[in-house]
Amino acid sequence: MSSLIAQLITRKNESVIKAQLPPFVIHFFKTVTLPTIGILVFLLFWTVGANNIDTSLGKFPGPVQVMTQVGNLYNEHVESRAKESAFYERQDNRNQARLAKDPNYQAKTRTYTGRETFVDQIFTSLITVLSGFLVAAVIAIPLGIAIGLSKSLNTAVNPIIQIFKPVSPLAWLPLVTMVVSAVYTSTDPMFAKSFIVSMITVTLCCIWPMVINTSVGVASLNSDWVNVSKVLRLPALTHIQKIVLPASIPAIFTGMRLSLGIAWMVLIAAEMLAQNPGLGKFVWDEFQNGSSDSLSRIMTAVIVIGLIGFLLDRTMLQLQRVLSWDKTTEVR
Amino acid sequence: MSLTKNLLLDISKIDMVFPTPKGDFTALKEVDLKINKGEFISLIGHSGCGKSTVLNVVAGLYQATSGGVILNGKEVNQPGPERAVVFQNHSLLPWLTAYQNVELAVKQVFAKTKSPKEMQEWIEYNLKLVHMDHAMHKRPDEISGGMKQRVGIARALAMQPEVLLMDEPFGALDALTRAHMQDSLMEIQDELNNTVIMITHDVDEAVLLSDRIVMMTNGPAATIGEILDINLERPRSRLELAKDPIYNQYRSEVLTFLYEKQRKVESISKTKTETSSSATNVA
Ligand SMILES: Nc1ncnc2c1ncn2[C@@H]1O[C@H](COP(=O)(O)OP(=O)(O)O)[C@@H](O)[C@H]1O
Ligand SMILES: [Mg+2]
Repeated sequence: MSSLIAQLITRKNESVIKAQLPPFVIHFFKTVTLPTIGILVFLLFWTVGANNIDTSLGKFPGPVQVMTQVGNLYNEHVESRAKESAFYERQDNRNQARLAKDPNYQAKTRTYTGRETFVDQIFTSLITVLSGFLVAAVIAIPLGIAIGLSKSLNTAVNPIIQIFKPVSPLAWLPLVTMVVSAVYTSTDPMFAKSFIVSMITVTLCCIWPMVINTSVGVASLNSDWVNVSKVLRLPALTHIQKIVLPASIPAIFTGMRLSLGIAWMVLIAAEMLAQNPGLGKFVWDEFQNGSSDSLSRIMTAVIVIGLIGFLLDRTMLQLQRVLSWDKTTEVR
Repeated sequence: MSLTKNLLLDISKIDMVFPTPKGDFTALKEVDLKINKGEFISLIGHSGCGKSTVLNVVAGLYQATSGGVILNGKEVNQPGPERAVVFQNHSLLPWLTAYQNVELAVKQVFAKTKSPKEMQEWIEYNLKLVHMDHAMHKRPDEISGGMKQRVGIARALAMQPEVLLMDEPFGALDALTRAHMQDSLMEIQDELNNTVIMITHDVDEAVLLSDRIVMMTNGPAATIGEILDINLERPRSRLELAKDPIYNQYRSEVLTFLYEKQRKVESISKTKTETSSSATNVA
């Protein structure tokens, strides 16, 4: 009964609104006003909730504290950059002065070793997740295509995939760390070890969803298209390039979006666990730091992590819209 | 009609046995048919009797268990563009435009014999033939079912096949569009005089288009029941033929075969619902 009334009310209101307002107003209402209301309600609950939670580090941070920290963190970044350039300027001046006195002087240049700022950590995490993701794609997509095309290969490889797929990449982390330490021993490494470790962890968690989705996409290729290819006697490579690959693009993208989402979550956890540079380390350091600002700084990081995850997903979605022929898969 | 003068395709004593979990299933038994160059053959029979199987064997997509297909004196057992297929569900590649779909075929077949300019002209010529030149650069999801089927036919024609194989090409279309497509096909046939094997479940379509109607018995172990020569003047007009007593005689002969000699007792209710749209559908 009550649901019936509710239904009636909403129906009625909707039709009244529709009758009176021009369409763009309704569109504006739906795309801007409703989400704004949602966010405002959330901020309200957050503020009220935060005020009522006391921790050993003070009150739980509310929106205001977080906004303050956003400013602070940005200023810290700007200051740190200023310090850095000042450092190099001093060093340059010093070296030049000594060179002027003594032409045989071997100039010493040291790199600046300031603490990474929040902004630096954001970029570190972003670069790590994207590199790991790309490496995974380069491995997983060809592998997925091969598995999708060959039933025997699928039968052979499937048990391995099924066993490794549910393993949290964090379980691999100690192994990856040790192996990288043992194997990656260049004296002048192109990448930091910590970067390699985080990246491999990301790769490990991206590979499985991509392999599985790609292979399923390839294996469920429309048999009519395969027959077209057979009638045309397309050579194997042309067949893959002209039929298999475009046909599986939607499935490949599904796998890529899925794995990028998982990768972002896993990376933050891995950075916390391994103390590797990135947003995860930022969160952990702040936690260890335990100052009165720590909680609000962590909360800021949480929101930034969420925003970046959202942006990554939207970017993939846009890419999918542009590259995929299947415009019907309107994914949420 | 002399059967040896211009013999193009010899379907020679084909048996088709499918291994199934429940044991072997004999779909076709001794299907034997000789087709001359330029002939238009319709294959008609109840649903599930084995029409598609015959076509797939001729196309090379299935391997006959025994017997074989001889094209121009040579046995064929692999698919190839000289036996182009028009599939029931258009089977266009959805990520390519109409033009690109035809292009894929033309590039494959004429890579060595045509220059890029000639290929372009040939693609456009074939799309014009099926009246699709106005929507050449549209993708399959932007055009209607009938238009998709036209592009599918253009793609097959563009391969310049020895035999054109069509599996219920108009089966998924509404009655009006279907009539339109049949007229188009007759027009193209007048111009190109291709050798065609077409599967249909529409008796009018079969009589209107064919030189011979091949009627298949019900499976399992289906085979050719009767063959009916259609000696009607071309070009044919559906309106004039509707009143033609010879046309109606042919029509009733096919109907008699399907509904008396090969009546499908077990699926009456199914047949009823499917024929409600068109009185002469066999389905
Ligand atoms: N690949 C296959 N495996 C097993 N049975 C098949 C296969 N293809 C067709 N059949 C069987 O062969 C019979 C004829 O099928 P088909 O040629 O598709 O009939 P039609 O096209 O006349 O409707 C059907 O009973 C069908 O179940
Ligand atoms: Mg069929």
